[in-house]
Amino acid sequence: MGRHLLGAKQLSRADVERVLDHAAALDPGSSTDRRSGALLGLCFFEPSTRTRLSFEAAVKRLGGDAIDMGAIEASSVTKGETLADTVRVLGGYADALVLRHPSQGAARMASEFVSVPLINAGDGAGQHPTQTLLDLYTIRENVGLDGLNIGITGDLKYGRTVHSLSLALTNFDVSQYLISPESLRLPRSVRYDLDEAGASVTEHTDLESVLPDLDVLYVTRIQRERFPDEAEYRTVAGEYRIDAATLEDASDDLIVMHPLPRVDEIASDVDETSHAKYFEQASNGVTVRMALLDLALGGDGIFAEDDARSLAEWDDEDKRDERERNGGNQGDEREEER
Amino acid sequence: MSGRGGDVGNGQSDDDHELRVTKIRNGTVIDHVSGGLALTVLGVLGIDGSAGEVVSVGMNVPSDRLGRKDVLKIEKRELTQNEVDVLSLIAPEATINIVREYEVAGKHRVDRPEEVSGVLSCPNPDCITAGNEPVASTFDVLDEGVRCVYCETILGTDQADLIDHVDIG
Ligand SMILES: [Zn+2]
Repeated sequence: MGRHLLGAKQLSRADVERVLDHAAALDPGSSTDRRSGALLGLCFFEPSTRTRLSFEAAVKRLGGDAIDMGAIEASSVTKGETLADTVRVLGGYADALVLRHPSQGAARMASEFVSVPLINAGDGAGQHPTQTLLDLYTIRENVGLDGLNIGITGDLKYGRTVHSLSLALTNFDVSQYLISPESLRLPRSVRYDLDEAGASVTEHTDLESVLPDLDVLYVTRIQRERFPDEAEYRTVAGEYRIDAATLEDASDDLIVMHPLPRVDEIASDVDETSHAKYFEQASNGVTVRMALLDLALGGDGIFAEDDARSLAEWDDEDKRDERERNGGNQGDEREEER
Repeated sequence: MSGRGGDVGNGQSDDDHELRVTKIRNGTVIDHVSGGLALTVLGVLGIDGSAGEVVSVGMNVPSDRLGRKDVLKIEKRELTQNEVDVLSLIAPEATINIVREYEVAGKHRVDRPEEVSGVLSCPNPDCITAGNEPVASTFDVLDEGVRCVYCETILGTDQADLIDHVDIG
């Protein structure tokens, strides 16, 4: 692979450490001209001001610039243009693309049509690997990345940040405690990958019983639309709400994280405790994305190509080539891309 | 096959001596389909006899290897690679005999491929392949079931579920 960042499953420990080490070497809030002249294409088919601005800030702090295709997208999409066509065109305008899209698998598919590095900034209920890198960075800065008990709670079924984080954590010596209502457990595909990776994972419906054992508690929002009626939503969501009183049973060193924005799943009285790391986590977003973009725009691909998982990705590319030869329908110009 | 002049029954193996159906001149014999699955296989292949072709089906024929097996003989029809791929998923024990001028011209087991493309639709309505993107839906073949390479949804650990999503374009 090397070129794209599509999901957390492709990340080896070495890949993660490469990005995190690079981020740690950057001064937060500093600017350079390392990537002067580089142009980042932002393709957001779903509103996410925060993530979009974080990428834009990151590329500008590297000396590059961003072009936001949002407005163009909206008009093309209403005319029924395919995502494949859109990214093929936009890939010609920019040195790297960032894609946010409501459909699962959108980034993987789009990557087959572009020659520039493509970064998945969220694909439906799929993956959100750049969030994961900043999550891992925040965890590492606070408590290291090995010998940890990490609890992940909230909507594990549809939460793409959870899917990516859980898969990436399999690279480290981490026991995962997945805490959710029965109806919002991890989807089968993620369980399958965790199982394949030999991950240490236990599932729980009750937060209180595992809280004292945790070093990290990662909280995500349970959304109203996942439930048939308001009453049921209130009852269930209430059981997973965190406030300062909840955390009295926790270790003093527990850190509480959240991908933000939050609604009421973490009460504001937690903000003043030493547990709260979610604002620090959010501010790490620019630094980590700077590191990632610096690697992506550096011409060698995002990840080292001698890496074992990267080699597996090359195999995938071979398979894909074969598909095309066998009557795939992806057009002739694909040949020029490699 | 052996001891029967080579062409009798178009590739019936020794254990199906109880099956006597018309031999075909040109076409395909699909043998060693799990007992009871023949009509499903015909459905998946889109064969319903409406084209006037001769189709013979033997169901629950005693078999040494499978206990009971189904055998299908389809005149004037050879399977495409996509059809063979689907067959490999729903009837992994099957053998395919290609018959030309009453002779078995080729006989092979269906191989379970590592990947199938353009033969199944993804069950996930939010998958990028559900729209009109110019890609064939593609699945990695797992030990059990298959998995969409785009959205990673796993399908077909239950065979009925798999059959529901067969979509040979
Ligand atoms: Zn899919």
